[in-house]
Amino acid sequence: MDLVTREGEFLVLLGPSGCGKTTLLRMIAGLEQPSSGEILIGGQVVNDLPPRARKIAMVFQSYALYPHMTVFKNIAFPLKAQGVAKEEIPKKVAWATGLFGIGHLLERKPRQLSGGERQRVALARAVVREPAVFLLDEPLSNLDAQLRTSARDELQQFQRRIGITTIYVTHDQIEAMGLGDRIAVMQGGRVRQLGTPAEVYGEPADTFVAGFLGSPPMNIVEAAADRLVGFRPEHFLPREVHDGSGALVALGFRVTRVEYLGADRLLYGVLEDKFPGAKVIARLPSTVTLPYEGGRRYEFAVPEKELRFFDRTSGLRTAPRPV
Amino acid sequence: MAALLDSPRWLGVLMIAPAVLYIVLVVGLPFVLAILYAFSGVTMGSRTIEFVGFKNFISVLETTKFQTSLRNTFVFALIAQVLVMVLGTVLAMALLKDFRGKWLVRLLILLPWVAPISLGTIGWLWILDSTYSVINWTLEALGLIGADGWFMWLGVPYLAMGSVITIHVWRILPLATVILLAGLTSIPHDIHDAAQVDGASFWRHLFQITLPLIRPIMLVAGLFGLVFAFTDMIVIFVLTRGGPYDTTQVLASLAFFTGIQAGDLAEGAAIALFLFPLLLAVAVAFLRVARRAEVT
Amino acid sequence: MAMSPALKRVTARGGHLGLIGLFTVFSAFPFYWMFITTFKRTSDLMKRSNNPFIYNEPPTLENLRVLFFDTLYVRWLGNTLFVGVLVVFVTLLLAVPAGYALARLTGKWGEHLGIGIFLTYLVPSTLLFIPMSRLIGDLGLQDSLWSLVLVYPSFTIPFCTWLLMGFFKAIPRDLEEAAMLDGYSRFGAFVKVVIPISLAGILTAVIFTLTLVMQEFVYALTFITAARNYTVSVGVPTFLVHGDVYFWGSLMAGCFIASVPVAVLYNFFVDRFIAGFTVGAIK
Repeated sequence: MDLVTREGEFLVLLGPSGCGKTTLLRMIAGLEQPSSGEILIGGQVVNDLPPRARKIAMVFQSYALYPHMTVFKNIAFPLKAQGVAKEEIPKKVAWATGLFGIGHLLERKPRQLSGGERQRVALARAVVREPAVFLLDEPLSNLDAQLRTSARDELQQFQRRIGITTIYVTHDQIEAMGLGDRIAVMQGGRVRQLGTPAEVYGEPADTFVAGFLGSPPMNIVEAAADRLVGFRPEHFLPREVHDGSGALVALGFRVTRVEYLGADRLLYGVLEDKFPGAKVIARLPSTVTLPYEGGRRYEFAVPEKELRFFDRTSGLRTAPRPV
Repeated sequence: MAALLDSPRWLGVLMIAPAVLYIVLVVGLPFVLAILYAFSGVTMGSRTIEFVGFKNFISVLETTKFQTSLRNTFVFALIAQVLVMVLGTVLAMALLKDFRGKWLVRLLILLPWVAPISLGTIGWLWILDSTYSVINWTLEALGLIGADGWFMWLGVPYLAMGSVITIHVWRILPLATVILLAGLTSIPHDIHDAAQVDGASFWRHLFQITLPLIRPIMLVAGLFGLVFAFTDMIVIFVLTRGGPYDTTQVLASLAFFTGIQAGDLAEGAAIALFLFPLLLAVAVAFLRVARRAEVT
Repeated sequence: MAMSPALKRVTARGGHLGLIGLFTVFSAFPFYWMFITTFKRTSDLMKRSNNPFIYNEPPTLENLRVLFFDTLYVRWLGNTLFVGVLVVFVTLLLAVPAGYALARLTGKWGEHLGIGIFLTYLVPSTLLFIPMSRLIGDLGLQDSLWSLVLVYPSFTIPFCTWLLMGFFKAIPRDLEEAAMLDGYSRFGAFVKVVIPISLAGILTAVIFTLTLVMQEFVYALTFITAARNYTVSVGVPTFLVHGDVYFWGSLMAGCFIASVPVAVLYNFFVDRFIAGFTVGAIK
């Protein structure tokens, strides 16, 4: 695969578990050897360099704080390894802990910290020696849902401020969409698509990306013997709801089940007329108040410009065709 | 050098080499020598090794002393080990339940295994003393034997064998018990609950659920116990020195008396080597257990 | 007539406690007996009609005085400690790196090697002591405590390597990898991070090494001939017993003092010992 990051960029590697994203990250870190190919950091081939010589910092999923050291010693550990002068160490540690507001925790041991505090210590330890690349392996997955939102926010602000190239691994598409400048969607050890969040969501390169992103994912139905057509559940709306700008493709929709989720309603059902029998989902915002119930047929439609076409055998995007 | 410290492959070799080298020199070399000696005429005084083929084995096999010892070894090891496994299972199951003072009971039950065996055995030497045995005193006080009916625990052939077996069991039982207890504890509680709900009786539960589940660990405990039982000579050395009339002599103690005290290294080595096939069998069995545990 | 459930419960409980009591007495009685005998006068011991369970004459400390001042007991304890400390040192020096290598660095062949090393623990001293006595003689170490320092690691290293391997395997790999990214080599990570975290495991290995040294009998009996060079496990049974007169009081005192404190210490670590023994047989 070819993957080039831009200076100061926040790149997210997104994919289901086992897709090779963590392996890729570990290869960049030097913890695993690629079977072939080259890894370059700052224009220099680093394949034969041990991890410590690569000027990278990494935050592990478990944070990997040294349990026998205080927070101060944890953060000072990489500085000592680099041979930073003794009197410089407290200054640098103070700077790093200041970034994350953990200056009051210096004398604690990791087991005395909360999940959120541990994560910040791990970040401070990673940032303290000013690495060329910053690697993050699902650093938010050990936090509870509420903390995760605020931690995401902090992480992004901090990355913008220090401007270090960051590679972030996650299987959570909300994290990926929210944090990444660009997202590399991975599957089976390859990058399926590399692009901005809007690109990978709006213009999926193949059926895998289309089906992986979005919740519920894109509806994909057979349009012809060699062709699949896809459309997002939020574009699949009752005919009367569309504002009338642009051409519509009308679809008869027999609803089987309604799921009320608060902000949205999900309607599960099958198409009739065109593509009969195809199972699809419609996602209605709460602003649509029309009543729906299972077992009945409704007239739905998708704007023509929201249809995405894929080759049936390769799964790759193809040019739009009339349906 | 720096590259060496980074490559897991070479660093691994470097870190394990001293231990392996040591084991080869201090276990492997004597082991090979033990085999060489057994086929040679070497004695304490002689400096050269000349090979005599199977002469040592043949001459050893012909002595009644050896034949008795071989039989005693099997009687001693097998009876002791069967008792250890049965009693160990019973005790482990009793210890599985919680009760007050369990830690103290566990400490006391472990004592025989943990204390230096030669010293623990001396305690028994005193308990079984021909003139002052507390057991005899108690039996007499209870009116079970008369003043002239005191047992010579270590002086009469069958009693002596019974005594050394008992004391060997006393010593190995704690090890077997804690190993079996670890196995019993590792059975998920759900399984016992399920059996209970399914209406299994105590015996059915024991023979169809509990024992099959701890079979691998019983095998481990049994194998270790067998090795100890077949090769140990300390209990016998301290209590009876093989007597009376070699009725408690086993291969290990005979090898010691022949090879070291009588100075016939070659014959002693030949006797000790009879233990080897047995150890090999145990090692193979152990490997199979380890492999199976790996697969599951 | 069927028993009522309450009666049945009481009987079961009584049976359970009775069973445990029986085993406990069987296991602990010899040590209790050593303790009682330690403080008995010889004249009390040597009268067959005396009830052996009680002090028919006032207790005495004479046996302890004899043990400590008239025999080489203290010297034997010192010898044991001397050998023990040196063997611990040699064992850790070789077994700690070896255990780590098996846990992390050597992969599949290391697994086989690990089992091989563990199996050498099963090679009994009774098979090796004859050639070893010859080798010790050739090295000029006969009747020297150094012979024991040389030979004892042959059973402590296999066991401790195996034990420590288990400990190292339980340490999250992330920690070492973090240290490698923080600027240390593999070996540096081992020294700076793995060893400090594993102190509990290393302490366990130390305790087991010490108890194995205290227990060892056959090699010491074979290599050492002068009474002043005995270790405690050989000195007490050979020298104290084979005088013409059995000083049972002193003898029992010697056994008790050398057994019970170690046993209590060992008790705190026994679970780890078992974990080492049972390898993968527990799931």
